Amino acid sequence: MKDAFDIRGESHIEVHKFRVGAIIIATLLALVIQASFPIHFAKAAVLDFPLMVTIYFGLSRRNPSTGLLLGMVIGLLRDSLSGPTVPLGLYGIAGTIIGYFASSIGARLDTEHPAARFALTAAFFVAHQGLIVATRRMLLAQPEPWFNMHLFIAALFNALVSVFVFLLLDRLRKN
Amino acid sequence: MVGIPSRHKSLVLLAGVIVLQILMLAVQIKRDSQGRLIRVWTVGAVSPFERAGSSGFGWFRDTWRRYFALQNTTKENEQLRRENDTLKLQISQLQGKASEAGRLAVLLNFRQAHGDVPMLGARVIGAGGGTASLTIQLDRGERDGIRKNMGVITPDGVVGKVVEAYPNAAQVLLLTDKESGVGAMLADSRIQSPVGGQGEPLLVMKYVPNDDEVNVGERVVTSGMDRIFPRDLPVGTVMEIKPGNPFKQIRIKPAANLERLEEVLVLLSLRPLETKTEAHPADARPSAPSASAPPPAAIR
Repeated sequence: MKDAFDIRGESHIEVHKFRVGAIIIATLLALVIQASFPIHFAKAAVLDFPLMVTIYFGLSRRNPSTGLLLGMVIGLLRDSLSGPTVPLGLYGIAGTIIGYFASSIGARLDTEHPAARFALTAAFFVAHQGLIVATRRMLLAQPEPWFNMHLFIAALFNALVSVFVFLLLDRLRKN
Repeated sequence: MVGIPSRHKSLVLLAGVIVLQILMLAVQIKRDSQGRLIRVWTVGAVSPFERAGSSGFGWFRDTWRRYFALQNTTKENEQLRRENDTLKLQISQLQGKASEAGRLAVLLNFRQAHGDVPMLGARVIGAGGGTASLTIQLDRGERDGIRKNMGVITPDGVVGKVVEAYPNAAQVLLLTDKESGVGAMLADSRIQSPVGGQGEPLLVMKYVPNDDEVNVGERVVTSGMDRIFPRDLPVGTVMEIKPGNPFKQIRIKPAANLERLEEVLVLLSLRPLETKTEAHPADARPSAPSASAPPPAAIR
């Protein structure tokens, strides 16, 4: 959709609309892949498909309210699927904040270029992990390291994969 | 009533939603409630897709491993390979089924060898929702007799413990998770100490004093003290020993391949179990002196 309109009264950035059910199907698919992939490909456990979906729809729809709500729903679904050792809200809070900021950044910057998507996904991945660690440390009194090399590599790997995943998700947009 | 400027509405919503989730976290901690209803709904909704996804990925993986990955095509063989392609594909599918039958036969043999221990075979259909916990999801649940806190094993060794049982699915906390632990002992010296996860591929044996002799390569087996697993099931092998204060730091490679689980056995009993292979019960001795006794050895 090329007919751009002003979302915040200060810039003209294209807001993308998606086919009916695209967000629900993409979310479900991301959760199923996240649950199924690591069983067959152990190394794939570092990939975070639900986070990629949160970031993608946040950047594309550029509406902070829907972005944060989508992030919250995806996060809470992940909490539910993670077993009782993960309290409801751990991924939910992180997803909410990432959804909000992805939408806010999407409303200000052009995020269609693969390089921009790579950089933003890497940054959001690190931020997401940081939020989870912060929640664990501050609200659950569970000590966790803030940063390690594994996280850095995982961020780059996720960012690389997200470039291709985002291209696939672009196909769900309405022309 | 004071109106909220439209540009601040999303910020207010963000704050509200986060406060709501923080309250939800607080309620769960305070009441030790884990939002079971929401989890039951979510797992009930997602597990059918997981089953389908698991089968689909399994087929894709088997086909890839046994068919496409073998195609080191040379020009001389190209014609011959093409003629054989269809046949190979059929063979790959048969091999996948044969290997599954082999795995199931091992499970059956193990089950028959431990006839006194009630157990149920289950297929792994999913992993956890993220890296915050190391869990797997089974295709059997409460309707098959699975209950919370039941032990899960493979013929290779201990896998973990059921942390949640839903009507048609169950979640298992793997031994490698930070919250996990199992009552264990060194197979040769019979020194007892709990073994726990660290969120990494290797486990850690926690309370072996520096004075006790432990060797790299020594087998670690269940002690039966956690009242979940029968005695003498393989837990792992000692990979690394470092002196610590006051206990040794012993890292253990799990006996079961926890990264590639496809079928498992659930121990269908919450009562203390003993197997026929019970050995040296009198030899077993706790590792730590009473002053520094380890906490109860049980998967939490």
